[in-house]
Amino acid sequence: MTSDQPSPFTTGLSGPAPEMSVSRDLVKRGLLVLPLLCLVAGVIWGMNGAYSCAFAVALVLLNFLLAALIMAWTAPISLALMMGASLFGYLARLGLIFLAVLVVKDFSWVSLQALGCTIIVTHLGLLFWELKYISASLAFPGLKPGKQESSPVQP
Amino acid sequence: MEVLARLAAAAADPAEAKNIAAAGSAGFAYGLAAIGPGIGIGIIFGNAIEAMARQPEAAGMVRTTMFLGIAFTEALALIGFVVFILLKYA
Repeated sequence: MTSDQPSPFTTGLSGPAPEMSVSRDLVKRGLLVLPLLCLVAGVIWGMNGAYSCAFAVALVLLNFLLAALIMAWTAPISLALMMGASLFGYLARLGLIFLAVLVVKDFSWVSLQALGCTIIVTHLGLLFWELKYISASLAFPGLKPGKQESSPVQP
Repeated sequence: MEVLARLAAAAADPAEAKNIAAAGSAGFAYGLAAIGPGIGIGIIFGNAIEAMARQPEAAGMVRTTMFLGIAFTEALALIGFVVFILLKYA
């Protein structure tokens, strides 16, 4: 690396943090579908399933928020710190999820099948849902869903 | 020492030996399931930082797609975790 190139150890990213808005979107959508997920889990696994489903959705949403917070907090400081914090954050978040499940696994209201299935379905479902909006707004910013009425595309 | 004592007891009891082997296998599988996403997240980050260094004006777009890519990669680890939990405790 030559001296005129910026060092990743000292270069930070200024400006707004897009991952925070993505994670806020994910949380909003997660809260939106929470009753439906609890209803489905309740029908399949009973009341314990519904409670476990709510707990799993809370875990997934907190995981998204924590990941975004770590990136948004470290990005203005330095790129290297952001990379390190995100990689170790990945391990820490997995550990936290493991710990959270380990703590509640013996409670009477926990159905492990419902908990596990909801974690996977919610995580992937919310991401694919968000991906649709991100793809549309990255390809054609004017076509961002939900903003069409306020900012029509100019030909 | 406690582990050795349990292993010695397990040698005499096949059911206990089976339980210990199942727990060890589930833990090993979870560890393996976490390695792949760890490598994947490293690759995503490396390439994203290179992209931001080349085109700083596109940093917002890169960060958005990087965040989603990391979350998708993390799903693999979560699937491994759920399989581990179901095998071990359900």
